[in-house]
Amino acid sequence: MTTTIAIITGGLREPSSTRLLADRLEASVRTELTAVGATVDSSFVELRPLGRAIIDAMLSGFPTAPLEDAFGTVASADGVIAITPAFNASFNGLFKSFFDVLPEDTLSDMPVLIGATGGTERHSLVLEHALRPLFSYLHAIVSPRGVYAATDDFGSSDSGAALGDRVSRAAADYVRLVRGCGPRGQRDPLTGDLDAMEQLLQRGPP
Amino acid sequence: MTGMQFGIFTIGDVTPDPTTGRVPTEAERIRDTVAIAQKVEEVGLDVFATGEHHNPPFVPSSPTTLLGFIAAMTERIILSTSTTLITTNDPVKIAEDFSVLQHLADGRTDVMLGRGNTGPVYPWFGQDIRQAIPLTVEHYGLLRRLWREEVVDWEGKLRTPLQSFTLAPRPLDGIPPFVWHGSIRSPEIAELAAYYGDGFFANHIFWPTSHTRTMVELYRKRFAHYGHGTPEAAIVGLGGQVFIRPNSQDAINEFRPYFDNAPVYGHGPSLEEFASLTPLTVGSPQQVIDKTLGFREYTGDYQRQLFVIDHAGLPLKTVLEQLDLLGEQVVPVLRKEFAIGRSPEAPDAPTHQSLLRARDAGEGPAGSAGDGTPRGAG
Repeated sequence: MTTTIAIITGGLREPSSTRLLADRLEASVRTELTAVGATVDSSFVELRPLGRAIIDAMLSGFPTAPLEDAFGTVASADGVIAITPAFNASFNGLFKSFFDVLPEDTLSDMPVLIGATGGTERHSLVLEHALRPLFSYLHAIVSPRGVYAATDDFGSSDSGAALGDRVSRAAADYVRLVRGCGPRGQRDPLTGDLDAMEQLLQRGPP
Repeated sequence: MTGMQFGIFTIGDVTPDPTTGRVPTEAERIRDTVAIAQKVEEVGLDVFATGEHHNPPFVPSSPTTLLGFIAAMTERIILSTSTTLITTNDPVKIAEDFSVLQHLADGRTDVMLGRGNTGPVYPWFGQDIRQAIPLTVEHYGLLRRLWREEVVDWEGKLRTPLQSFTLAPRPLDGIPPFVWHGSIRSPEIAELAAYYGDGFFANHIFWPTSHTRTMVELYRKRFAHYGHGTPEAAIVGLGGQVFIRPNSQDAINEFRPYFDNAPVYGHGPSLEEFASLTPLTVGSPQQVIDKTLGFREYTGDYQRQLFVIDHAGLPLKTVLEQLDLLGEQVVPVLRKEFAIGRSPEAPDAPTHQSLLRARDAGEGPAGSAGDGTPRGAG
């Protein structure tokens, strides 16, 4: 059985510590899933190259082709890993803007693993006060353990090991969640609207 | 006027001309709109449709007043709307206004209904935006009965009841104006049009063509599901947006500042990106012809093509030149080319005369004077 994971990363620089964290989370999730016999198909959605398309979609109301492809990658996944740099006490604006233009209900019932990066450990609660409420609002199922990585985490080998440990634990929790949720059926956004409309036409307003 | 109808739809915006900064007065914009409608007739197009808006910077808040005036200045074109707000207008008043217009214009009128997407308008007319879809369904159900039944007893949830109400004047020849349902993105509106066997008009211009394909497919499928005929027999209209000059580079250079500053999509995607994703065509008459002929590849043979040509601050002189080019070089070719290979299942665009003939012949095609209620599985 193939489990499809979409990894959304909002890092802006090259190399990006956000992408580094994304790679580690992806690898760890892959290991955990493989260990339980799943085949993993993962795709990265880097937001930086989509920056212009995201703002265009916000202004014009519809996505251009590369952004529509990214929406398709997210919608067809069984699980999402979402990682952002912490900017001014929250996710960065690019990261938020992507979810502002993502079609409604794309993340409904989607298992999501959250991650964030920042200059110091002092911003680590950004996971709990910014990312978790955003994904709860979008009706995603947010994995209980997120991962925050500060610059220091990418420093000494000791702290690197500590980050590795946090990543492994978060990945283990998340994989249990993804397996519990099972393969995610593709939703046709038209169906629900139409059933309600057909009822309305036949019975009148409630 | 058989086969397809071609025309324009205006939003009625008062927008500064970005190349000169000049802003027309409201009076000027309204007079210009009349001049544009007269030109539509002069150059041999078939339809003029006006939007309905109730806030600045728009002028067409009273469409049947405008259309009544244009009716007196023209002899041939069909006068329509794009759209008439079925949510915030009272259905009794819509029925009255269009009945009078129908008589004045000798049947040269139909109507495109829409929900309207300006939230603040609802309370101005005593309505609740949270009820937008139920209002659409209930108001339209009543409007249909007012045009079709001599004496109406009606009770709904969102409007006071009617007892022994008779619409005056009755529709011309007992034939209600043909109804189109206009939609930018709501599948519910395609469903509504399909349920009653009415026309479905896809705005088309603000969304990628893939979206229009989905919506029209849905409408055709549901039209057949409700027993109004084959999917090909459904009545489809499409929006389009063009700026034409004999030389395509001139068209692009001249239109770009209007595009870049347009109220709806300006400051976003480039003209080139927008043109590749949506029906917008900025170029030579041949480019407009080629792109427009491509529409039927994803919507099937259709009945009505309306273009937006007078928005974003374009001066009247330029708009009238656009109509000259449409009338002389584009639409005659489109009429000829669209007729080639047109499915025999595809009906001609409905007119008052065609609906009258169908009624007298005892047929009941889509949108006829028949009761139009679903005949198949419901």
